[in-house]
Amino acid sequence: MSMRGIWPALPALALLFFFFLFPVVRMLGFSLEGGSLDWYAKALGEGLYLRVFWATFEIALLVTFFCLLLGYPLGFLMATTTPIWATVGFIFVLLPLWTSVLVRTYAWMVLLGRNGVFNRLLIDAGIISDPLPLLHNFTGVLIGMVHVLLPYMVLPVYGAVRRLDPAIVAAAEGLGASTWRIFWRIYLPLTLNGIFAGAVIVFVLSLGFFITPALLGGGRVIMIAVLIEQEVRQSLNWPFAAALSAVLLVATFAVYSLAQRFTRTEPAP
Amino acid sequence: MSRRVLVLACGLIYLFLMLPILVVFPISLSSAPYMQFPPPGWSWQWYERYLDDPQWIDATWRSLYIGVATAILALALGVPLAFSLVRAKFAGRALVERLALAPVIVPTIILSVAVYGIFAKLKLIGTWYGLVVAHTVLALPFVVLVMVAGLRDFDRGLEQAAEGLGASRWRTLTRITLPLLRPSLVSAGLLAFISSFDEVVVALFLAGANMTLPKKMFDNILMEIDPTIAAVSVMQILLVALVLVLIGRFGRGLSGSAR
Amino acid sequence: MASAGVEGSAELRIDGAAKRFGEVAALDGVSLQVAPGELLTILGPSGSGKTTLLKVVAGFERPDAGSVKIDGVEITALPPARRDIGMVFQNYALFPHLTVERNVAFPLEMRNIGKPEIARRVADALALVELAGYGERLPRQLSGGQQQRVALARAIVFNPRLLLLDEPFGALDRKLRETMQLEVRRLQRRLGLTTIFITHDQEEALVLSDRIAVMNKGTIQQIATTTEIYERPANDFVADFVGESNIFHGTMNASGSAPGAVTLDGGRVVMVSSNKPAGTKVGVLMRPERFAASGANAFTGEVVESVYLGTSFKLRLACEGGLELLVRQPARGALPAPGARVAVGIDPDAIHVF
Repeated sequence: MSMRGIWPALPALALLFFFFLFPVVRMLGFSLEGGSLDWYAKALGEGLYLRVFWATFEIALLVTFFCLLLGYPLGFLMATTTPIWATVGFIFVLLPLWTSVLVRTYAWMVLLGRNGVFNRLLIDAGIISDPLPLLHNFTGVLIGMVHVLLPYMVLPVYGAVRRLDPAIVAAAEGLGASTWRIFWRIYLPLTLNGIFAGAVIVFVLSLGFFITPALLGGGRVIMIAVLIEQEVRQSLNWPFAAALSAVLLVATFAVYSLAQRFTRTEPAP
Repeated sequence: MSRRVLVLACGLIYLFLMLPILVVFPISLSSAPYMQFPPPGWSWQWYERYLDDPQWIDATWRSLYIGVATAILALALGVPLAFSLVRAKFAGRALVERLALAPVIVPTIILSVAVYGIFAKLKLIGTWYGLVVAHTVLALPFVVLVMVAGLRDFDRGLEQAAEGLGASRWRTLTRITLPLLRPSLVSAGLLAFISSFDEVVVALFLAGANMTLPKKMFDNILMEIDPTIAAVSVMQILLVALVLVLIGRFGRGLSGSAR
Repeated sequence: MASAGVEGSAELRIDGAAKRFGEVAALDGVSLQVAPGELLTILGPSGSGKTTLLKVVAGFERPDAGSVKIDGVEITALPPARRDIGMVFQNYALFPHLTVERNVAFPLEMRNIGKPEIARRVADALALVELAGYGERLPRQLSGGQQQRVALARAIVFNPRLLLLDEPFGALDRKLRETMQLEVRRLQRRLGLTTIFITHDQEEALVLSDRIAVMNKGTIQQIATTTEIYERPANDFVADFVGESNIFHGTMNASGSAPGAVTLDGGRVVMVSSNKPAGTKVGVLMRPERFAASGANAFTGEVVESVYLGTSFKLRLACEGGLELLVRQPARGALPAPGARVAVGIDPDAIHVF
């Protein structure tokens, strides 16, 4: 086996072609059934489905926002603390990250249900008398998705803060800048790359999310992925599912391309 | 002062991250016959339920060997691919790299539906090897990312030295290059395994009647919140913890230093 | 030492080796010969082509033209693994995941030699580099000097016909470097192994070599014994690169009888012992340490700079006619201060004309 040339790559490329590229293209082709764009007209024209797109987009934005809010402090802390604590922090991030989505989603069902942990604790403590509707609705899905996607925000932020030259911060401190100022004027602007990368990843992943909305949404929160699954498994409406998939794919690629455009390579340290 | 506030805030966020992971432990040990919090007492009943149920055991076993097979296939295909990407010069190399990482970018639902369409035609639904192939497609990007990072840091002077000392290309590869890449190989293999073991969406479509563990869990969750799921969840969490420990001890992260 | 002996040494011959990388000619027609058991140093600045030459000999680069022969057999197209050449690199290239013993045993394993024989030869090689008993250590547990010695043991354990060393001591501190230089010399003499040593450090070259090949811009400027190179360099480059020098240019005068004389470009006439024909454009080399308090050629000048070096003074003198001289004097009395006037002289046979 020569290590030269493209030969070693061929088996993997064959796999990717036959079991990835080809099936996806073939399926997307179904959307053009009869050579017409009717299914696209339906997907993008009918109010019902437009609402699904809009809901998906909305959730993705909200999830990204909360992940940013919660993820930046975490990434920042991990990157600026001692190695031991950083490792501890990593464990608390990687363990949820690699735990099955199913396990995490189930756990939220346990936590958020009418008889779930939160409601039981709050009722028993006398803070509320009726259980809060935290499950099988928008709120539950939001909480669940933020939880699943938070690590994807933390890691790029961590990377970006780590790459920051500590000498710059030291210089700012020496020049008399307060902690808050240092954060606003130095950390934030210089780690924008990491923030952006994390936000893009979280947003794009949110668009295509299936498990969490399917289980935590209780049938009331329809996101695109959930809709696609329904169209295929229940309605057996392949062309429509294909059209929806095509729109989702285009949206995904569009966001990525936009992100590429706006990301500048960081200056060498 | 603001540092303290930061640490406190992060403590709460970490709690948020870990809460679901932690909550399944007590639930799995509950003595109540249905989902109840707080648990009235402790019992091993859910674990016993799991171990006594051949469907659960079958599903677990399937997920395990599909995971192992996926890791093996993903390494067998991904390692040579990584070598080509890092060391060879050929037209379209950037394109190949994009293609290798594409399965991570394309939403899994689309991939699942598409492969489902093909597999239905090929009568591969419900077969374990069909699932292995689909999971390998999903695992390949991880393998490629880890191996490319490992290869980029590799000192080729060592290979030159080996050749100068009389080693053939093959022997250099097997005696020097691959042994030194072992941390990356371990990480890549474990990541591929865990990604397959946890994988739900593709399994939903492709597993048919022969369920993987995640598929069975999904169906179970949809039908009822049975605390057996909690027991299964605990075991899955422990498995992930084990994998993380193994990666920490024997593997190598993406960042560069062997962690 | 029957296991590593004179049987290993061979004659190396390079004819007209040439290699281009894009626009740049890394090697531009290089020919040389190394006799069995000889230590030749290839000396040159970075970019001179010495590393490329080494790679061509080792087999990691194929020359565009020319041939490489060992004992008359052409090996130009042979892959490195089949050339039976021992190599030591600057960064040691020890296999980090193998013990010292496994590292040294590696070339023997590649040649499918039996285990007991391997154990014996490894032990001998380690004893030769004075690292007996270090077999179980890992490279990262050794110091730089020890690692280099392991690399050496590994390079000779399989009785190579040729030994190549590529700036092996660059990463070591000065004292260690000097120790290792002598060790390599001792080892090489003992084994009688034909050796090529690459370096940019001219002092190192002078210490180690039988002969030196000075390279610049892909060609060999001069190849000769150390004495020849130092005392009778063939051109400006060699004269300047090796040792400290005062180099001037001028024309040979009509010489009636020996010694001859050279009119320097600045007008000054210097008496030399050379029988080059009159009218030839020549270079004149005067080594700083060859100046005495007086001599057939006298110079007086004002001290521009003076340095105390313990055993000697180094003075830069501005003399008449715009001549600037670098002079070394044994350290006696007080160091002349800048501005002082000093007189020196040099005899004709202390001057080299090229």
